Amino acid sequence: MLTRLAWQLINMDIKEITRILEADIVYGEALNREITKVAAADLMSDVLSFSKEGALLLTGLTNSQVIRTAEMSDIGVICFVRGKKPQKNMLELGKERGIPLLATKLSMYEACGRLYQKGLQGCECN
Amino acid sequence: MTEVTKVQELVYELKLRDVMKKDVFSVAPGMQMSELREIFRTRRISGAPVLDGDRLAGIISIEDFIRWLSDGGKECRISEKMSKRVETFYSDDTLVHALNKMEAAGFGRFPIIDRQTGGMCGIVTKGNIIEALLKELEIDFHEEEIRRYRASHIFEDIRADKSTLIFQYRIAGELSEAGTTSSGLKTTLKRLGFHPDIVRRSAIIAYEAETNVLINAKEGKMVVRVEPAEIYMKIEDKGPGIPDVEKVMEPGFSTAPDWVRELGFGAGMGLPNIKKCSDKMVLNSTVGKGTCLEATVDIRQPQ
Repeated sequence: MLTRLAWQLINMDIKEITRILEADIVYGEALNREITKVAAADLMSDVLSFSKEGALLLTGLTNSQVIRTAEMSDIGVICFVRGKKPQKNMLELGKERGIPLLATKLSMYEACGRLYQKGLQGCECN
Repeated sequence: MTEVTKVQELVYELKLRDVMKKDVFSVAPGMQMSELREIFRTRRISGAPVLDGDRLAGIISIEDFIRWLSDGGKECRISEKMSKRVETFYSDDTLVHALNKMEAAGFGRFPIIDRQTGGMCGIVTKGNIIEALLKELEIDFHEEEIRRYRASHIFEDIRADKSTLIFQYRIAGELSEAGTTSSGLKTTLKRLGFHPDIVRRSAIIAYEAETNVLINAKEGKMVVRVEPAEIYMKIEDKGPGIPDVEKVMEPGFSTAPDWVRELGFGAGMGLPNIKKCSDKMVLNSTVGKGTCLEATVDIRQPQ
């Protein structure tokens, strides 16, 4: 009971994220991920340098390097902004690695703002 | 079921001093009420303890502030509007005691008093308690997993003066396929049961280096040597070489063409990233001959 309560208090699941970002689930309907942190970047090296394990990545980039980067830095969920849809080989790689993919029509700024407002934290630099 | 019993165990075992937030932002009783607006807004907090020295004088919350505003907002000291009857806990109280009292009180922020000195030493919310419990559970779960799967025990079982595991990878192909080599290394290190932080750092080093090789030299090789104390990685290519080794270590310096940047790389963060992830890094390069990068990750002291 207590653990369930715990998750509700400090985390958000994919459904909650899709609701806030008005996003579609491109892949990973059945996967359950708890999100506590968010990273937003188009530069994959930036993602590698500051992202935290299990974070949600907001990006405008849609090639398979995004999945690779997510894999290396243990990103939990990827969401594409500004109505972009993942390329075919990317979608396949995402499925293979079990990384849920979302897509929203919102801009990067708007998407970040909404999540921040709901209390989700960024990945602090260190 | 086992998880629930573990939680029950922990709430009796852990003391509030283990979970409380220690560096608490507080206000002084002599401050003006109007100063609170900026404090609450910029710090994104909904209340703060009022401290006279290290003694707790009361608590001022956003509700108190709103009440003061709706009563006309006449300037006065915080001490006149704060709640003086404050429920507190002692730092050596158990979690279960705190949780029960929180349930009954119906609110969730409690100052913690040091029983010896009588001063305030922290603050606790339900969130702190839950976070601490989760952390404990995660550590437990992680230790359990390591015990079960750790193949790196292999070092303890091998009788030799020196033992080393060596993995070799060839780096080649299109840049769009960068990551296949590092992905293989990551899976291997995970399987060996290294701490997730070690695995992640090694994977990032390999990935950045692999990308560099593919962009600049088209092909190369990576040798990874796992020893009881460290993971040593050597990435070599016979590419054009780097004219100014110091320059490429500067964050933001990049020679990458547009097609590389379109893939999200070439921002001049690769080598700085590698340096950040490794405990030791050596970069050697000769123009026209090639480049050799050596990086070491210490596995004796997980961070």
